[in-house]
Amino acid sequence: MLLIPCPYCGPRPEIEFRYAGQAHVARAADPSALSDAEWAQFLYLRDNPRGRHAERWRHTNGCGRFFNCIRDTLTDKIAATYRIGETPPDLAAGAEARR
Amino acid sequence: MVLPSSHSRAGAVADLRYSILSLVAQSFRGNTAWRPVWREPEPKPAYDVVIVGGGGHGLSTAYYLAKEHGIGSIAVVEKSWIGSGNVGRNTTVIRSNYLDHANIPFYEWSLKLWEGLEQDINYNAMVSQRGVLMLYHSDAQRDALARRGNAMRLNGVDAELLDRDAVRRLVPILDFDNARFPIHGGLLQPRGGTVRHDAVAWGYARAADSRGVDIIQNCEVTGITVENGRAVAVETTRGKLHARKIGLACAGNSSRVAALAGLRLPIESHVLQAYVSEGIKPLVPNVITFGAGHFYISQSDKGGLIFGGDIDGYNSYAQRGSTPMIEDVMEGGVSLIPTLSRLRMLRSWGGIMDMSMDGSPIIDKTPIEGLYLNAGWCIGGFKATPAAGWCFAHTIARDAPHELNAAFRLDRFAAGHLIDERGAGAQPNLQ
Ligand SMILES: Cc1cc2nc3c(=O)[nH]c(=O)nc-3n(C[C@H](O)[C@H](O)[C@H](O)COP(=O)(O)OP(=O)(O)OC[C@H]3O[C@@H](n4cnc5c(N)ncnc54)[C@H](O)[C@@H]3O)c2cc1C
Ligand SMILES: [Zn+2]
Repeated sequence: MLLIPCPYCGPRPEIEFRYAGQAHVARAADPSALSDAEWAQFLYLRDNPRGRHAERWRHTNGCGRFFNCIRDTLTDKIAATYRIGETPPDLAAGAEARR
Repeated sequence: MVLPSSHSRAGAVADLRYSILSLVAQSFRGNTAWRPVWREPEPKPAYDVVIVGGGGHGLSTAYYLAKEHGIGSIAVVEKSWIGSGNVGRNTTVIRSNYLDHANIPFYEWSLKLWEGLEQDINYNAMVSQRGVLMLYHSDAQRDALARRGNAMRLNGVDAELLDRDAVRRLVPILDFDNARFPIHGGLLQPRGGTVRHDAVAWGYARAADSRGVDIIQNCEVTGITVENGRAVAVETTRGKLHARKIGLACAGNSSRVAALAGLRLPIESHVLQAYVSEGIKPLVPNVITFGAGHFYISQSDKGGLIFGGDIDGYNSYAQRGSTPMIEDVMEGGVSLIPTLSRLRMLRSWGGIMDMSMDGSPIIDKTPIEGLYLNAGWCIGGFKATPAAGWCFAHTIARDAPHELNAAFRLDRFAAGHLIDERGAGAQPNLQ
């Protein structure tokens, strides 16, 4: 069971959350200007690393809000969570997990 | 069972055909004359075809490349030992009860290959056609399964729509009168069933080896050399192997290995768990899938109940699962068969799945010449093992897909030709 620190509510058990895929995948301002390949890239192509992954979670059974999370996909360690719109923390510089 | 040993010598293998005579002869020698069933060769510097990944799909691909297409020099390189991946972690269900016109012929061909496999490779894989029963719990579900059954029969696949009494005669222990999900009947595919999964890896390995395929274990691919748009070699922890053609069959790790050649795939890696109970007397005669939750069950010949459910639901390479999914699956099981609550669960484990974005697989060429891809099998690629290998071998040898895998294209995501069987992959991005 993961213990996920919601940036609004604090640490809560995994069952209160829903996963929402890779973070920072921006939707184009003008989708109809995209080529098929670019649109497919937005919809379907993902990084899928083995290690640190920036991803979205939603605290569905809590505050209901989306937020971002940096989790290691091999160890499941959560390095940081942060609000939508915030830039990812600079983990290399030793930033602490925030809540 | 003879396990591979690191002391095996080249040439010491492949001379032995299993038969009642060989068993008797061996027993007179006190079972001391058994030999390792495949060689452990040193990698050669160059091959016609190198297959990356020694799971079921990689091994069957190598076997059919040698058998059907007469390719002489083939290597399968596996980062760990063969069978350490999903081929040895799945819940062993085989079936061809699909609905989509792209899927039915493919999975039916796989089932036909399963039916002849043990004779073909002279290996007991314990193929058991005990029937796969999908339950329905409402009129709407009955109609959907009737439609599926009709689609199957139109494609020459066996299907029988059972009413409640017929299901009760088959499996009396189900909770027919469950207040929320009463059982109204089921769709039975009598030819579906189970296969001993490790035996599939070992049997294909032995059969491929006897046709000269080099199976190279403990050999991780760490790089793919691309020159002028053409893949020419793999770099491995045991040296560089040149190849005219390279086939990737790295279930769960497809994104990472394809990235070595600069490709980005429509795939997320997720963990799927399986569970086994203590051994009991025969209780569950076939494979049963619950229609009101993600739960399915069968019973092994040792007596353990084997069951499974959904993926945990977030990207993972951990090969172990999370506890909420265990609880979820147990709840599904107890709703369907209340007596399960009296049993102890013995073990659970996880495997890493390539979750493709439409829930369907990819067997295709790639934009890089000489590089071929078998990936995206999601939670159901074991049943596909024979046909996936057969079709992938065809695609590699002929440089074009076979009719059976023509829809499993890599470019379908950009072209809009998604395979609409499941309607959703890792994330329901289809909208
Ligand atoms: C719990 C569970 C239950 C399942 N139940 C079923 C079921 O009932 N029916 C069904 O049809 N399917 C089922 N599946 C799915 C099925 O097991 C897979 O789709 C299928 O086994 C994948 O193909 P494979 O056998 O080739 O994979 P694997 O056996 O995983 O083979 C891939 C191999 O590639 C190797 N590899 C990866 N990276 C590298 C590298 N860089 N270099 C060299 N080698 C590498 C891996 O070590 C691995 O051995 C289940 C899966 C799981 C985990
Ligand atoms: Zn919250």
